[in-house]
Amino acid sequence: MAVPRRLLRLFVVGPPLLWLGLFFLLPFAIVLRIALSDSAPALPPYAPHWEGWSRLGAFLAALDGETFAVILADSLYLDALLSSLRLAALATLLALLVGFPLAYAMASAPRRWQTALVVLVILPFWTSFLIRVYAWIAILRPEGVLNLVLLRLGVISEPLRILNTEAAVLIGLVYSYLPFMVLPVYAALERLDRSLIEAAADLGAPPLRRLLTVTIPLAKPGILAGAFLVFVPAVGEFVVPDLLGGPDTLMIGKVLWTDFFSNRDWPLASAVAVLLLLLLVGPILFFQRLAKGAAA
Amino acid sequence: MAGLPPSVPPRKSLGNIRRAFAPWANPAARPLVTFEGVTKRFGGVTAVDDLTLAIYPGEFFALLGPSGCGKTTLMRMLAGFETPDSGRIAIDGQDLAGIPPYRRPTNMMFQSYALFPHMSVEDNIAYGLRQEGQPRTEIARRVAEMLALVKLEGLGRRRPDQLSGGQRQRVALARALAKRPKVLLLDEPLGALDRKLREATQYELMDLQSELGLTFVMVTHDQDEAMALADRIAVMSGGRIAQVAPPEVIYENPATRFVAEFVGDVNLVEGTITEASEAFVSIRTAPEGLVIIADPPPGLHPGAAVTVALRPEKVAITHAEPPQAVNKLAGEIWDIGYLGDFTMFQVKVGGEGGPLFKVALANRTRRVERPLAWDDRVWLSWDAEAGILLAG
Amino acid sequence: MNGLRAPHLVALVAGLGFLYLPILVLVLYSFNASRLVTVWGGFSLHWYGALLRNAALIDAFWLSLRVAALSASLATLLGTLAAIALVRFGRFTGRGLLSGAVAAPLVMPEVITGLSLLLLFVGAGLERGFWTVTIAHVTLTTCFATIVVQARLVGMDRSLEEAAQDLGAPPWRVFASVTLPLILPGLAAAWLLAFTLSLDDLVIASFTTGPGATTLPMRIYSAIRLGVTPEINAASTILIALVALVLVAASLIAKRNLLPRG
Repeated sequence: MAVPRRLLRLFVVGPPLLWLGLFFLLPFAIVLRIALSDSAPALPPYAPHWEGWSRLGAFLAALDGETFAVILADSLYLDALLSSLRLAALATLLALLVGFPLAYAMASAPRRWQTALVVLVILPFWTSFLIRVYAWIAILRPEGVLNLVLLRLGVISEPLRILNTEAAVLIGLVYSYLPFMVLPVYAALERLDRSLIEAAADLGAPPLRRLLTVTIPLAKPGILAGAFLVFVPAVGEFVVPDLLGGPDTLMIGKVLWTDFFSNRDWPLASAVAVLLLLLLVGPILFFQRLAKGAAA
Repeated sequence: MAGLPPSVPPRKSLGNIRRAFAPWANPAARPLVTFEGVTKRFGGVTAVDDLTLAIYPGEFFALLGPSGCGKTTLMRMLAGFETPDSGRIAIDGQDLAGIPPYRRPTNMMFQSYALFPHMSVEDNIAYGLRQEGQPRTEIARRVAEMLALVKLEGLGRRRPDQLSGGQRQRVALARALAKRPKVLLLDEPLGALDRKLREATQYELMDLQSELGLTFVMVTHDQDEAMALADRIAVMSGGRIAQVAPPEVIYENPATRFVAEFVGDVNLVEGTITEASEAFVSIRTAPEGLVIIADPPPGLHPGAAVTVALRPEKVAITHAEPPQAVNKLAGEIWDIGYLGDFTMFQVKVGGEGGPLFKVALANRTRRVERPLAWDDRVWLSWDAEAGILLAG
Repeated sequence: MNGLRAPHLVALVAGLGFLYLPILVLVLYSFNASRLVTVWGGFSLHWYGALLRNAALIDAFWLSLRVAALSASLATLLGTLAAIALVRFGRFTGRGLLSGAVAAPLVMPEVITGLSLLLLFVGAGLERGFWTVTIAHVTLTTCFATIVVQARLVGMDRSLEEAAQDLGAPPWRVFASVTLPLILPGLAAAWLLAFTLSLDDLVIASFTTGPGATTLPMRIYSAIRLGVTPEINAASTILIALVALVLVAASLIAKRNLLPRG
């Protein structure tokens, strides 16, 4: 009857830990291993051979950085990495510019509406991401909805070329990740004690000053969380640049996909994956630190 | 449901039983709950420090102290939610070590009430009985009995969120009582109620306890609650017990400066014994050099440093110098706080820089004009037996 | 909170409009008789008919449903265990590892998760198809399920479980009669989230699937790559309607449970 407490705990902790170890941590070790193999296009698969701990030394000796040398020598990869960072940063900024007013309006709406508004913001997230990105093709292409409307209204005389440009990628990224910005910012603003803003007004601060000196500083944890949730996935995004971007839009997620599926160079793709991850470690730590500072 | 009933119900308990009830004074009485040298640490903090305590059958026992004094930890160790690092806790002579909460003869009324939100009032009350595997009819009978006991007949099918705060408190009480525990634990039982309701519930709780003859152990930070309800109070501080005694002893004869200050209002004056005889002691305060006369305490000799604790209501305040008083001090009214039932004066004694004495005066008449005003020169006086001498 | 002022209303309408515009456009075009986006050829259910005759798309849909249902159930189970461990066990060996392993897939780009899982499956000699995609989706969605259940557990009053224990219920009965009923809405939300994420995933499924198992997003993706396909509009509309239906049902159930009886 009395199962020892430790054993009981093991049954709870064990399964998720085992699963994530087996299907998340172990695969990543394999990626690392293959990234350190020689680059060789069109020669898959690269099954890793496990030969026991005694061979670990030999295994480590066989590793080399040749693949990384290939990547660093080829400006395509560096350009793609840099361009991913740039586009993700821009998208984060734009999402904040679009998302903050929306979140602010939601937080100042009558309380009985607020739940409904939150549901309205989350709802699109529950419908297929792929389909929503695809819908932007119908809107942005030369004969699409946007151009149709603008032409009819006489705003433009010939169709704008937006689809397959960086602008389209930015629109797609902002659109896809907007709820991730709006919700934490809303949560921070909603928690904000109204009397603080009233106190600022009482002490003579005009609306804009109140926003800059009270509201935004207090909403900072929410803004940082939102920025993190938009920036990190945007860097590695594949679907948006693939469907909305043009041949000159470089994003690392797409490069990795192409290396893998089209060029079938698995070591190279693995090395790109490792680099992408290393690239993300910086921003993740940065955001964590900022969030800690904001919380303190 | 809330508030006092329109007419006073017949007393269920006889007043004189309470007075005569003092098993702790009887060496032959066997305690029900015993703590022996119990210590509990959380990380580097010692919550309960080598504590020894005995609680007797039928007693209403209160653990009183400021937050962080260890009273809640002590109760949680009795319920089985915390394990002592050392020492022994026993109920009816049975050591509780290793016995999980669900096999202990205690039940607890939680501070938050902890009513299961997904169950009806009936199901909440029946929960403990179902764990015992009692027959359905017996459970139904007990639930009805409990609902009647806490005067909630007819509300059994409601959910906790459909009840008022006072009703929830009663459900929590009924649920904890349903299993007839040897010891009922009450964690701040009246803390979440508003003042009026608290007073009414307080007396109901007392009646319930004497009617059922159960042992109640209560944790509270509210001295009024502890004084009104408990047979004995343990005042706790820093994981230790400062004093265990009936309420009137705690108030009139505090053992330490902490107890004197924590329970009730008090004036504290430090000084040195200058003269001691069979009849009285004389204390000279520093640095003001006032002389105070008090009843002689055992074991204190001239030269000993003492603190005199003086309750504000034991001091008389007059314009004229009282000719006969043993202790009298001249002063000036510094502040007056009118509190309705009584007025609290702050009187500066011994000129500029002298100590402030608190003096409480009951407002026994409805006269609006009161003879004492700010800056009046007045005399304070009190009997020798009024001052309590505390060592150090 | 004194009602909405004009700038707030503009921000709300513009923001929500931006979020809903693409969905609206899709739904509208799914009823367009014309194949061309530029021309409104009148209202028609033509593309819905075409969709129903598209066996490949329907097969993919069933496959995706099966993968999503199975992986969501497993992920909810694993996520619940992980959440209980993280919220209730205090310090234990492996806590850091577990909380790290639970958080990491959230920030991991899908391309990397997909690639690494494929390499594992190849290395282990597993035949790729239904099972590998399911395993991959469990890995991805367990983290989300953990977070949802964790939030519910953290919000739960700990003294409720203590009260049950105090009244004589041994640990497993405390879990069954108090903890589980109270976190059930969290489990339902976790399952729904995991289900939707699995149903929606293109990247990880593309990496981890094999020849016989093409999921719905993969079908839709290749159709989009080939050019304008109004059938996809119809399929998207059906999916949107389905999700909306499930969400409305879920919120109704939640409301009924919350509303006082009698």
